[in-house]
Amino acid sequence: MKQLSTKVTSNGHGQDSSYFLGWEEYEKNPYDEIKNPNGMIQMGLAENQLCFDLIESWLAKNPDAASLKRNGQSIFKELALFQDYHGMPEFKKAMAEFMEEIRGNRVTFNPKKIVLAAGSTSANETLMFCLAEPGDAFLLPTPYYPGFDRDLKWRTGAEIVPIHCSSSNGFQITESALQQAYQQAHKLGLKVKGVLVTNPSNPLGTALTRRELNLLVDFITSKNIHLISDEIYSGTMFGFEQFISVMDVLKDKKLENTDVTKRVHVVYSLSKDLGLPGFRVGAIYSNDDMIVSAATKMSSFGLVSSQTQYLLSALLSDKKFTSQYLEENQKRLKSRQKRLVSGLESAGITCLRSNAGLFCWVDMRHLLDTNTFEAELDLWKKIVYNVKLNISPGSSCHCTEPGWFRVCFANMSEDTLDLALKRLKTFVESTDCGRMISRSSHERLKSLRKKTVSNWVFRVSWSDRVPDER
Amino acid sequence: MGLPLMINNDDNNNNKVELSRVAVSDTHGEDSPYFAGWKAYDENPYDESHNPSGVIQMGLAENQVSFDLLESYLEKKNPEGSLWESKGSRGFRENALFQDYHGLKNFRQAMASFMEKIRGGKARFDPDRIVLTAGATAANELLTFILANPNDALLVPTPYYPGFDRDLRWRTGVRIVPIHCDSSNHFQITPEALEAAYKTARDANIRVRGVLITNPSNPLGATVQKKVLEDLLDFCVRKNIHLVSDEIYSGSVFHASEFTSVAEIVENIDDVSVKERVHIVYSLSKDLGLPGFRVGTIYSYNDNVVRTARRMSSFTLVSSQTQHMLASMLSDEEFTEKYIRINRERLRRRYETIVEGLKKEGVECLKGNAGLFCWMNLGFLLNTNTKEGELELWDVILKELKLNISPGSSCHCSEFGWFRVCFANMSEKTLKIALKRIHEFMDRRRKVLNC
Repeated sequence: MKQLSTKVTSNGHGQDSSYFLGWEEYEKNPYDEIKNPNGMIQMGLAENQLCFDLIESWLAKNPDAASLKRNGQSIFKELALFQDYHGMPEFKKAMAEFMEEIRGNRVTFNPKKIVLAAGSTSANETLMFCLAEPGDAFLLPTPYYPGFDRDLKWRTGAEIVPIHCSSSNGFQITESALQQAYQQAHKLGLKVKGVLVTNPSNPLGTALTRRELNLLVDFITSKNIHLISDEIYSGTMFGFEQFISVMDVLKDKKLENTDVTKRVHVVYSLSKDLGLPGFRVGAIYSNDDMIVSAATKMSSFGLVSSQTQYLLSALLSDKKFTSQYLEENQKRLKSRQKRLVSGLESAGITCLRSNAGLFCWVDMRHLLDTNTFEAELDLWKKIVYNVKLNISPGSSCHCTEPGWFRVCFANMSEDTLDLALKRLKTFVESTDCGRMISRSSHERLKSLRKKTVSNWVFRVSWSDRVPDER
Repeated sequence: MGLPLMINNDDNNNNKVELSRVAVSDTHGEDSPYFAGWKAYDENPYDESHNPSGVIQMGLAENQVSFDLLESYLEKKNPEGSLWESKGSRGFRENALFQDYHGLKNFRQAMASFMEKIRGGKARFDPDRIVLTAGATAANELLTFILANPNDALLVPTPYYPGFDRDLRWRTGVRIVPIHCDSSNHFQITPEALEAAYKTARDANIRVRGVLITNPSNPLGATVQKKVLEDLLDFCVRKNIHLVSDEIYSGSVFHASEFTSVAEIVENIDDVSVKERVHIVYSLSKDLGLPGFRVGTIYSYNDNVVRTARRMSSFTLVSSQTQHMLASMLSDEEFTEKYIRINRERLRRRYETIVEGLKKEGVECLKGNAGLFCWMNLGFLLNTNTKEGELELWDVILKELKLNISPGSSCHCSEFGWFRVCFANMSEKTLKIALKRIHEFMDRRRKVLNC
């Protein structure tokens, strides 16, 4: 019997995890307002469906962009032949400027240092190929996006060693957690090549604080390793504070043009902020010329369709559109998040206080029979099969504490969200713990609110932010 | 603010942290002359009006002869311009959200139907066995990841497409062991050459996982004979290895009857253990001239390979915008029939123009019947019958004639003096100018020799 590579027989694709199994259940019985009102509501998919109307109206006003025309003339041939892995210069310029705009124009991105990729899935894997040998490790704070197990490890042979974060401080990264992870890697005989963070975080829905970013930059400086900052959700920041990128921190610490800056790489994509995952647009930004050069050649394996580059360079070059979009996106995400949070509260459920992302990190520890992952999976199954909500269990994100779930809020209509919350409330109230909860929910919520407030205070006090800074 | 971290004065600090071996290796192949010629062209590109004495690019296997057919179809289909508003089309948002690695169903069906059309209905393609990737470059690499482990080998007949050195080896860590072919039998693969290549690998303790062929061949511009395909499949069965057939030029065969796809051979086989080792790669970059749109596909008769390839395709999905645009075009039977027929005809005429033009100058080409290039024999012009001699001649052609063509050595050809010359990536007029430059060069040479 002819054989296939070990990549086929391993579980590196990650598809046996509950994260994917939930999706499969949804596929079998998807909710539809009219045709299948009792079907499963998808709350496990971090998609942004809130601002398509803005893009659609732009498309209606700018028909050339999607019809392969420039000033009314067909440029079909030009686009059809364009396969230069350096990417379309106008598109990279537009991407660079969009990334700058998201960061309040406080930092600059040089288009020549951008490498395009078919989505951030491809960008992250390409960076791994460039930075790690098979068997080398990257440190990742938990909980993290389940897809990383596949994206960072499967074909590259790299390893992930977790930086354990806990609810005791709102899952923030601490120095001791970093050091522990580094030592753990050594114990396992793994050479640490860098740290990878997602900022804002998936699944937490929180942006890294300045304190954490400073910590990370200091850490990679002392260990002489890389830092990858996946900022795919940077445009979804809706909290009152601004998004702080690792690029801000490098600038503020006056580290531009130093070796450290060469070891910091940013990953971006249009899949979340613009809601265009189908178009496969990702990017690597690096200050290391060798990385840019190697990654550019590697991008041959995942180029962005020229048709798509052309459309999006027109869209993103329209500054009137981008500023309106970013502002409106922020508003709508904020209001959705509020709706989810208050709906959960009325069911006696709290979340980690979030200021970004397309999801909330929901605390259902009080609904577990026992403080174990088995209990978490039991609860997840009940929610999937009985309540018919697909949400993501924290264990699939490698969370060290059982009972946390990621719940998405931007991939459905308001009505669907309300229905989901109604179902959840009914479920909570119908279970034994539910009955106990609603009786004492008022008390519990009071103390929980205190807790979340002090987490919040904790976060604010650790940041450098001056009170009247926007 | 918290305690500053202690800066360790490790040895680590003084050394630059290394990049991976993959990042610093030159397996991407870009230091070869194949790419140097491109640079010369970029610096001084021919333009009919602005730079008539510039370098004519004959090293780029692009198909520019049939764009008018595509453009007029798309214009007719979407006169208003909006991709998403035509009748029966999915809305913008649904398309923008679609990132399912199964690919758009109607697009897969369209690809399957197009591939069947190209083969004149002699083989069926099941849309559920089609895995989409961003180009054949991605498809070949992906298949290699699936079929072989690092340090394993694929056997590839020479001469072969220079890009394979990167696509099959760079990130996968897999090796290529050449199956040497020569002009004594028009570079066809022989059973002896296959066995010799296999033995070479085994002697070096390298595990062979499969044979990868390009049919029609790049750079030969010729189809692989049916008998050779059958022998190849036999060989793969005997050695218990895979057979990958990159059929990216299948729609560019001048006479449809002259092309046998491995799919036709498999069509008549019931034995699953034989079928399961066969995989086909295809793309729209050559037949349709759409390399910028990044549309490639893996077709496999092996369920495990299909399933894994699909999951791996997450790293290299085809833009849903592109899938949507091309789906209806490729399933339009009337259009595809017409396109395939006219495209073949135009390519054939181009081929005849160049081959006859060269023949007048005493230059022979391998008898070709497909592709976007001819395989030209300039062995008689070499100063020495060596790789250096060949590169010397190549340099002369680049600098004196200002023609960028691809030297056979960059394709790992075991004989020197062969060159791949592309003819479909320029206007007819430019082709004639290229031939004129060759004529003038050969004329000068004849005068020198006659002194």
